This record gives sequence, C-alpha cells and structure tokens, in this order.
Amino acid sequence: MTPEDFKKIGDTHRKKREAFPYVINVCTAAACVSLQSEKVKDELTSQVKEQGKKDVCRVSGTGCLGLCASGPLVTVNNEQALYGGVKPEDASDIVKNIEKKPIKRLEIPADMPFFARQTKIALEHCGKTDPEVIGDYLAMEGYEALYNCLTTMEPVEVIDMMVKSGLRGRGGGGYPVGLKWSTVHKAVGAKKYVICNADEGDPGAFMDRSMLESDPHSIIEGMAIAGYAVGASHGYVYIRGEYPLAIKRLKAAIRQAERQGFLGKNICETPFSFDIEIRLGAGAFVCGEETALIASIEGRRGTPRPRPPYPAQFGLWGHPTLINNVETFANISPIVRKGADYYASIGTERSKGTKVFALAGSIVNTGLIEVPMGITLRDIVFDIGGGILGGRKFKAVQTGGPSGGCIPDEYLDMKVDYESLAQVGSIMGSGGMIVMDETSCMVDVAKYFMDFCQSESCGKCAPCRVGTAQMYNLLNMISQGKATMHDMELLEELCDVVKNTSLCGLGQTAANPVLSTIRFFRDEYLAHINDKKCPAGVCTIEHKEVAVS
Amino acid sequence: MSSTVKIKTLTIDDRQVGAREDQTILEVARENGIKIPTLCYLKGLSPYGGCRMCIVEVAGSNKLLPSCMTAVEEGMVVSTQTEKIKKYRKSLLELYFSERNHVCSVCATNGYCELQSMAQKVEMTHVHFPYMYPHLEVDATHERFVLDHNRCIACTRCVRVCDEIEGAHTLDIKDRGINVRIITDLDQPWGESDTCTQCGKCVHVCPTGALIERGKSVGEMSKRKQLLPYLTKMREAHK
Amino acid sequence: MKKKLTLATLWLDGCSGCHMSLVDVDERLIDVAGIYDIVFSPLVDVKEFPEKVDVTLLEGAISTDEDVEMVKRVRRSTKTLIAFGDCAVTSNVPSMRNHFKVEDVFKRGYLETTPGNTIIPDERIPKLLEKAYPVHHFVHVDVFLQGCPPSADNIFYTLVEIAEGRTPELSKRARFG
Repeated sequence: MTPEDFKKIGDTHRKKREAFPYVINVCTAAACVSLQSEKVKDELTSQVKEQGKKDVCRVSGTGCLGLCASGPLVTVNNEQALYGGVKPEDASDIVKNIEKKPIKRLEIPADMPFFARQTKIALEHCGKTDPEVIGDYLAMEGYEALYNCLTTMEPVEVIDMMVKSGLRGRGGGGYPVGLKWSTVHKAVGAKKYVICNADEGDPGAFMDRSMLESDPHSIIEGMAIAGYAVGASHGYVYIRGEYPLAIKRLKAAIRQAERQGFLGKNICETPFSFDIEIRLGAGAFVCGEETALIASIEGRRGTPRPRPPYPAQFGLWGHPTLINNVETFANISPIVRKGADYYASIGTERSKGTKVFALAGSIVNTGLIEVPMGITLRDIVFDIGGGILGGRKFKAVQTGGPSGGCIPDEYLDMKVDYESLAQVGSIMGSGGMIVMDETSCMVDVAKYFMDFCQSESCGKCAPCRVGTAQMYNLLNMISQGKATMHDMELLEELCDVVKNTSLCGLGQTAANPVLSTIRFFRDEYLAHINDKKCPAGVCTIEHKEVAVS
Repeated sequence: MSSTVKIKTLTIDDRQVGAREDQTILEVARENGIKIPTLCYLKGLSPYGGCRMCIVEVAGSNKLLPSCMTAVEEGMVVSTQTEKIKKYRKSLLELYFSERNHVCSVCATNGYCELQSMAQKVEMTHVHFPYMYPHLEVDATHERFVLDHNRCIACTRCVRVCDEIEGAHTLDIKDRGINVRIITDLDQPWGESDTCTQCGKCVHVCPTGALIERGKSVGEMSKRKQLLPYLTKMREAHK
Repeated sequence: MKKKLTLATLWLDGCSGCHMSLVDVDERLIDVAGIYDIVFSPLVDVKEFPEKVDVTLLEGAISTDEDVEMVKRVRRSTKTLIAFGDCAVTSNVPSMRNHFKVEDVFKRGYLETTPGNTIIPDERIPKLLEKAYPVHHFVHVDVFLQGCPPSADNIFYTLVEIAEGRTPELSKRARFG
C-alpha cells in the first residue's frame, strides 16, 4: 500500500461525508440510549424522508457527546448547534429548521464552560463519528498513525515518542507508558502479547465504556501501534460482560478493521501482523488487577499473584505482556499524529496531557469530560460541572473509586495530577469523580466503599479477605451508633495492617476511603461514636431517648 | 541443576549468604537456618503467596514482599525479623483466628496444628480483633476423611496437592472474599465425589484440623509431614 | 517476711477445669499459700467480691448479663487481672453456640435433649447474651494465660512472676488448646 493508496481511502470517506450539506448526529452511547435516543434517531430519519430532505441531510448515530445529564443529545450541522433532552416528537421541528437558525427551546449553548474548557485528545472523535462505521473513522485521519508507524518508523522510535510525550498509564497507577513499552520491547520471548484492560469496575466510573462505545477504532489502532512497538502479534481486550453495547461495537469494529486490512496478516501490506480477540469478564472487580486479569484470560480463577515478576517479563502464558487500559490506548494514535511535543505541552511538570473524568454524584452536569492535567478541582466541579445540584453546599469529591479518597473543600484549588492527588490521600485512579454535598455522611461513604471492597476481595490473602470484612463490620457499628472509641482505634489499626500486608492493589488501597474520611472528617466519626448522631442525617442511629422529667 | 545457573550473594538479617539465581528468599533463608514463618507455603507445591506470614523487608522497596515468591537478587539486603514485620505477622495471625471458629481444645489436630504453633512463634497471646463466629458446615460424607470449614484458613495446600501431585483436582475453591470455601468436585458432598482417589494427601498437607481422618478424636490427628518431601524426592529420582 | 498479696479466683462460663489445674499445682500450693491469701474463690466460702484484690484469676467466657456485671466489678477491684484459660482468653467452647440464635440454643438445651421437659427457664436465671465473649471484650486484661486448661506449671509460674513484680512471659510457654 503506497501513501497515495492510503490517502485515497481517507479521501473517499471524507467525500462521502461531505456529500450532504446538512447533518444530524444523535448520541447513541449507553446513557443517551437509555433515554431512548434510538427512537429519536429513527424519528429523525423518517422525518428527513417525509420532508423530502433525503438527499441533502444525513442522520447518523454518534459516540458520546459528554453531557449525559441533558440527554438524549443531538447535534446538527457539525456541531453548529447542540440540542438536549430531545424527544421523538421534536424530530419534525429539528428537520424543519435544519437550514435555519437553531431551535431555541432545545439548544444548549456550545460556549458553556462544560464544552469550552475541555481539551479533547482521547475523546477527539467522540460525538463526531459514527462508532459503527469505519468510514467515519477513516475520514478523520483514522489508522493514519498506524500506517505511518508501520511504514516510516522503527519500533524504538515509536517507543521514544511515547517516552517524550510523557504519557502515563490511565488505568490509575500512572506508570510511564514509554517505560513499560520499552521493558516489554526489550524482554526476551518467542511470543509477546498486548492486552487492553477494559474491566472498568469503579463505582461511578464510565470512561472506558464510553470510549469503547463511541470510538472503538481508536482503541484498536492504539493497540496495533503498541503491538508493533513491543513486538507482539496478538492482542486481547478484556472487557466486562456488563458492557453489552461496548462489546457489540468493539466486535463490529474489529471485524471492519480486519476487512480493511488494519488488523490481521501483513497490515497495510507490511510484514507486521496483529490480531485482537475479545475476552469477557464475569464481573469480578479484582480481575481489573493485571495479574488476576491474565489468570482470567488463561481460563483460571481470577486471583492476583505477587509481583515481581511483572507481566512485562512474565505475563500471559508466561510471555512478556503489555497491559494498558482503554484510555491509554485511545491516546496513542493522537500522539503519533500530533507529535509527542504537542502532547507534552499540555499538563503539569510530571503529569502530561489530558485526563478523562466521569462526573457523577451531586453535580449539575453529570457526564464525561476530558481536561488538561493541572486543572483545579474547583474548575472541574463548579465551572465545567456547573456546581452542586439544588444549590446545596459542596462537601467532598471522591476520586479513584474504592482505592481513592474523599477530598474536602480546602483542597478545591489543588491542581489535578497524579502527585497532588496522592498527597491528599487519594489517587488519580481511572477517572471516576463522585461529587458529594452536605447531605452525604462521610462514615456512610466509607462504609459503602468498604462493603464494595470486602465483597470484591478475591479471598486469596488473609489481610484483605478478613481485614476488609472486619473493617466493614466496624464501620457498620460506627454508623449505627454502637461503636466506642476503642472500635475507632481498631479500625485505624486495621487500615494500616491491610494496607501494608495485602497481596495486590485491591487490598493495599482498600483502606484509602476510610483513611481519607478519617483525616478530613474525623468530627463526623466522633459524632457517630460519642454523640450517637449522624450530622448529615443519613445513618439510622439506634438511640434511646433520654426521658426528661 | 544446569551448569549455567548463576550464583548471587545477598544479605539476610545481616548475614552474607550465597544463592542460586532461581531460588527465592525463603528457600535461601531456610538453607541458612534463618526462620521465616509460613502457612500457605509447602515445599513440593507451587508457591501461593496468600498467607502473607513470610513477608520480609527488602532495602529499596517500599512494600513488604512475600519471601516465598520473591527471587533473590545480587546485593539484596533482606530483613526478616524487624519490629514492624513482627507486629504485622501477629496482627495477621489474629485475623486468621478471628475469621472462623478455631476452637483448639476440641480439635482432632490439637497439639499438631500449624496455626496453633504459629501463635507461639509470633507471640500472639490473644486476639484483640472481634471474633466473627461464622456459621460453617462440616462435610463428613466421605468414608475416610472429614472437611471442617470451621478450621480452614484457605491456604489451598490441599487444592494444590490434589491438583499438582495427585493429579485428581477434586478439591478447588469457590466464591470470593470472606465467603471463600474449599469445595470438592462441583461443590458436591465429598462422599459423592467421582474424582477423589482417597489418597489422603490433602489431609496430611493441611496445616490445621480442617482436613482430618474420620474417627480421630481430640489431639489424635497428627499429620505425616514427611509425606510430601518423600513423594517429591522419589519422583525426582525416577525422572 | 514480705506482706502477702491477695488472690481471688473466679469461675464464669467455663468447666472448672482451670481451677482443677490450679489445684494440680500440688505441693507447690504450699508455696502459693506462702505468697498469697486467697480472699475470694469457688474454693473458699466468701459471698462478696472484696473491694481490693491484688490478683484475680478469671476462668470462663462472659456469657450472661450477670457475667458482664461481675467482670466489671472484678476489674474495678483488681490490680492484675488474669484471663485464666482459653474460655477467658478466646471464649473457646462456650463460643461454639455463637453462630446459633439464643432461642435455638435454649430449645436444643432444654427441650430437644430433655424428653418430657416443656419449660425454658426465664427470669429466674441470668439472661444469656447473644454471644459468649472473651473477657477482654468487656474489660482490660493484664495477663493472658492460655491453655485448656493452662498447665499447672504455667499457673504456678504466672503467680510467682506477678508476686515478684515481673510480667510473666507466657507467649512461648503456653499455647491454646
């Protein structure tokens, strides 16, 4: 395949898209689908036909537009206007007004901070292309990065590019991507594997799902580039079975890529071959831990094993294996296309680029956002997120899911990067961000996450198996007003034991929600214990009324 | 041992020791008479890394590492008995005792139990975490053996010996977290197992009274500790 | 001659085996009697627990509301409280009822295993707690003396060490069971 051949593919698809002067895109990611966006799309299609605009207006499904709180979302004429809360009965008006000014009653201002303050790299195609049509992806420079890597770059040059970009693993750990790729590249092995970790399991997190539903080809392209860089010819996507739409779209995308020659033997007529298989997880949270994930792919019980050796040396079936998460892979082709320097110019000293966050909880603009590293929490919550629901008072923002912590208002002006979040006892995590207001009880929040950890602990190591269950029991007692200060001491002691002696990341971080809430909201714990009161009024305290004579 | 195996030197508890590069910290320590407590580890079975009793401190690592699964490295400085580790081992053992119903005085393995003697080793005088007192079953359907979940510590020695040495894979583990249980076949009563060969290896590698021979009373169930080393040695000899 | 210390021994939810083991100290009882005055015990006829006691050996788990009151009373009056034997240290055999409901335990104990009996005793006996607990669940314990029963040697050693003002090192000598 010559560069001219490749260019032709892109041009053909671009022309196809541009053949219609008017375009209506309907979000068909899970959040909008759950609000019946499919019906909206069908209605729009039939209205276009009815109103005789079939030849000038194209209706297509598209990936996540981000502002899930206002779904179903529809954009017209390449995002000239964005409509929210669209119902099937609005279809007729939308089609009628397609050549005219946007409809005021449905329009969401495109210059609102939610959109204006984002920098989209991993999500660059989300909402712009139809995830089920490879042509849309090809029209947006799709697979150009892979083609360029294969035809103009050596694997070490690709790795070097990742090193220079400063990209760090987006699954939560923040391990430098270039370093990991280079380790797998150097590892000696007859076979090597690339695994995409799509076992997203943090409560309140939906970044990976959205990306797979909205732009599956960018993940495939990222994986293929990674395969080329590290010398692997086989890849797996380990995705949780609870994501049927993402699985369906990914499957279709893999088939399309195979047919177009971007996966399979001799990709783009080069010696490089790479294929991708999907493996479904059965819902165990611990299978997001890389060694447990590998065990699960191998067909064994999904439990972790001690590291070292790391998968980079001893991974799937004992072969050197590269594991990155969905968002990491989504960043690869943009970095190759736009250059490492561009990516490294965004972000902070040690955390480069952007990060995708899933905003959830007591926040006005629930949804998916991508922001440059170094943005403050205040900007995310109050500017982009639109503040707290119902005008209530902000209390804390929880990052990193069950491994993370709750950050109070005094740190709202902190810059978001890997190091600063760790300093306040939380973690970047995979990008879940749950906002809590004054009606949330922090003991209850800690109890919720501990319940999650104890029921998701695999049971292999004693500290996590028994320790998390003990901690949950203690938190339960505290929340019911049955605990003493001695129980509080036991709880803090267990946090230390479980954190330092557990086998894998699940146990090692399980105490974080408790530790951070004790650190910043100790008063609330004491109120439950000493005064038998839940200040937020969430916990049911079994208290006896003292008779006043 | 092939002639290409390299020798590494490292320091364990201020002692210089030599080791083959394919050895673990635990193996080298034991060769040199340095005692590291273990519960899930058993020579002759694949390492598991689950009991956490064998954790050690390695200079330069901010994490405590399981010595049973950590390979030696040149110049490594290992500490096996620091105050911090001793404290954690004691807490871990207390968690074990709090988890199920380990009533030593009425156990067939009383006097021969590794959990019981571990309490002495790590100087655990009592359990200061709350006992959980779960309701657990005893499977006494097998004609020769009894599986008492009250006394199981989920070390999976039985599962591994059944799979790796006997090759039957009758025993396995089900469920997660605090609910993990040893099962026979597809969670059927042991007495109805089609695959159990009645070899009894599981009973003799079990560190506690969770697996015993039927009919043994309090303090009567000693375990044949030499069984596995003997089998492994004979198999090596006949390779 | 040194002033003698006062010793109390108490038998709550246990089988009295620990007290038997105390008697098994045999001829060394004479030495014990030289160091301690036994001021309260199932072995002596005193009804009220004294106001001040130097050492108390407390046998048995805490299983009833009366046990709870008693153990608190004992703790207030005792300088060195010894959890005496596995029931006191771990709740041991009495705890084997803990995963059953109290009413099921009563049914089993008074009805199913006693043919002809139709009555479960009520207010005339102390109220059973939901579970049997080790002593340190309710009060601070100074010394844990394990064993079911603790050996006579360990009992003698413990009493002598305390009398000498030392902390008995029992973790290596004694064991559960």
